Amino acid sequence: MESQIILLIFILVLSIFLGVELITKVPSTLHTPLMSGANAISGITLVGAILSSGSSEIMTIALGTAAVFFASINVVGGYLVTNRMLGMFKKK
Amino acid sequence: MMDISILVNLIYIAASILFIVGLKMLGSPDTARQGNFLSSSGMLIAVVITLLDQSIIDYRFIAGALLAGSVVGYFAATKVQMTSMPEMVAIFNGFGGIASLLVGSAEYVVSSLNNPALMGAIYMTVLIGGLTFTGSLVAYGKLSEVISGKPFLYKGQQFVNAILLLAILIVGINMLFIQGMISPNQTLILLITLSFLLGILFVIPIGGADMPVVIALLNSFSGLAACAAGFVITNNVLIVAGSLVGASGLILTNIMCKAMNRSLANVLFSGFGAVSDTSTGTGEEQGEVSPINAQDAYLILEAASSVLIVPGYGMAVAQAQHAVRELGELLEANGAEVKYAIHPVAGRMPGHMNVLLAEANVSYDVLVEPEDVNPIMETVDVCMVIGANDVVNPDAKENQGSPIYGMPIIEVDNSKTVFVLKRSMASGFAGIQNPLFFKSNTRMLFGDAKETVSTLVSEFKG
Repeated sequence: MESQIILLIFILVLSIFLGVELITKVPSTLHTPLMSGANAISGITLVGAILSSGSSEIMTIALGTAAVFFASINVVGGYLVTNRMLGMFKKK
Repeated sequence: MMDISILVNLIYIAASILFIVGLKMLGSPDTARQGNFLSSSGMLIAVVITLLDQSIIDYRFIAGALLAGSVVGYFAATKVQMTSMPEMVAIFNGFGGIASLLVGSAEYVVSSLNNPALMGAIYMTVLIGGLTFTGSLVAYGKLSEVISGKPFLYKGQQFVNAILLLAILIVGINMLFIQGMISPNQTLILLITLSFLLGILFVIPIGGADMPVVIALLNSFSGLAACAAGFVITNNVLIVAGSLVGASGLILTNIMCKAMNRSLANVLFSGFGAVSDTSTGTGEEQGEVSPINAQDAYLILEAASSVLIVPGYGMAVAQAQHAVRELGELLEANGAEVKYAIHPVAGRMPGHMNVLLAEANVSYDVLVEPEDVNPIMETVDVCMVIGANDVVNPDAKENQGSPIYGMPIIEVDNSKTVFVLKRSMASGFAGIQNPLFFKSNTRMLFGDAKETVSTLVSEFKG
């Protein structure tokens, strides 16, 4: 259990550094799509929600199903609206 | 059994790679759309492989909620107006936050309480998720003007916040180590309530003009909540994706703060704007403003060989972006060089003006940043300030007593002529007087921005 937590923290730290390196040089033109695109990625919590929603405990099912609902709004809406915005950015 | 879990994890690795590459590609206008597509593919494979998980015993609820959420998301994303994009992103952030809170709570009700590491992860998930949710709702309310955009300050605010933080800390200690003061269900409900309260009290004192910072920060929080949920269910892809979002949100927050020359602490805790009436400058003799009508403005524009358009939130409110684009095209046809100078904090979210102009078919290579145009400002014939105020306020350079002193601005006052399109002489969102309006090279074009620009357009078509 402890070694597993250390491993998770290891992944966390590396991902944060990776994220910082990835994002530092984004032109301000793209700040809004970057934000809504990143927001859609944060809907990854949908994965956890699905597992809870499919369990056998009544409370877990209830909470998990609500989580699936909200997370899928976040994911579907986030990606679509980002795509819609990016479709407007054109160079003549 | 073993094979399936290896496959699942391999797919999660692939999804993480797609998120990373997708986010990288979002950083350049030429690749951004493919980047978003890659990132969404990563999400799709992660969700599909999760659906194959053998611990799932009933698909009915999952299917129903997935379908309902997707339909809501689809309609929200396709129907929203580009001017309302800040509210939209705010509410989506909030939904991400509440989803993570619910995942954390769902685990809590079935897990062993004697596991401090797990309890700590659940605690963080619920806390960050809850504050992201209500914080985003308040931001949504302020942006859509359901509630006042003014900073809300009251006596004893610091004290109330301190008590709240103390209460949250005590609930945490109870949850992780004692588990006896109150029952597990009461603990959870109390924690959720406190986190909701924290989100409200956190955003409500922040003024509308500071919303770009708040949205970027809430964006970061929604990622961190997902990341914490990853610790709860020991799932790598949640941790990777969540922390990527957390990091990107923090960087955007930092960019916004720099653009206002303020620290994050100052934005969050100062109630900016509410106290500006105590600053110097209000009693000063400001002089006379020089109004101009659209016909005379047309004559000056007609003779101009370089025009710089500086849009602000007022352009969004007046829905003037299409008329502005048309005017820009007519000016170009008339032989003028037309650029759009966009301040990083113009509008109500990072990049807000860029999206509106993109929607109106303005090519993104004529959108420039302050540091590109300030050095050549003397050569600009006409600057048209459309619904922007604080980002062109010369007090930021000249008046040490001004609340915005030190903020990088677009130095339109250095150009040959400045047109300021404005509804009236009322001060801007930050409530600060703007000496630009009284400069000898400034002409005020009073009225609705869209009408004024449309009049100029019809003058050109003549």
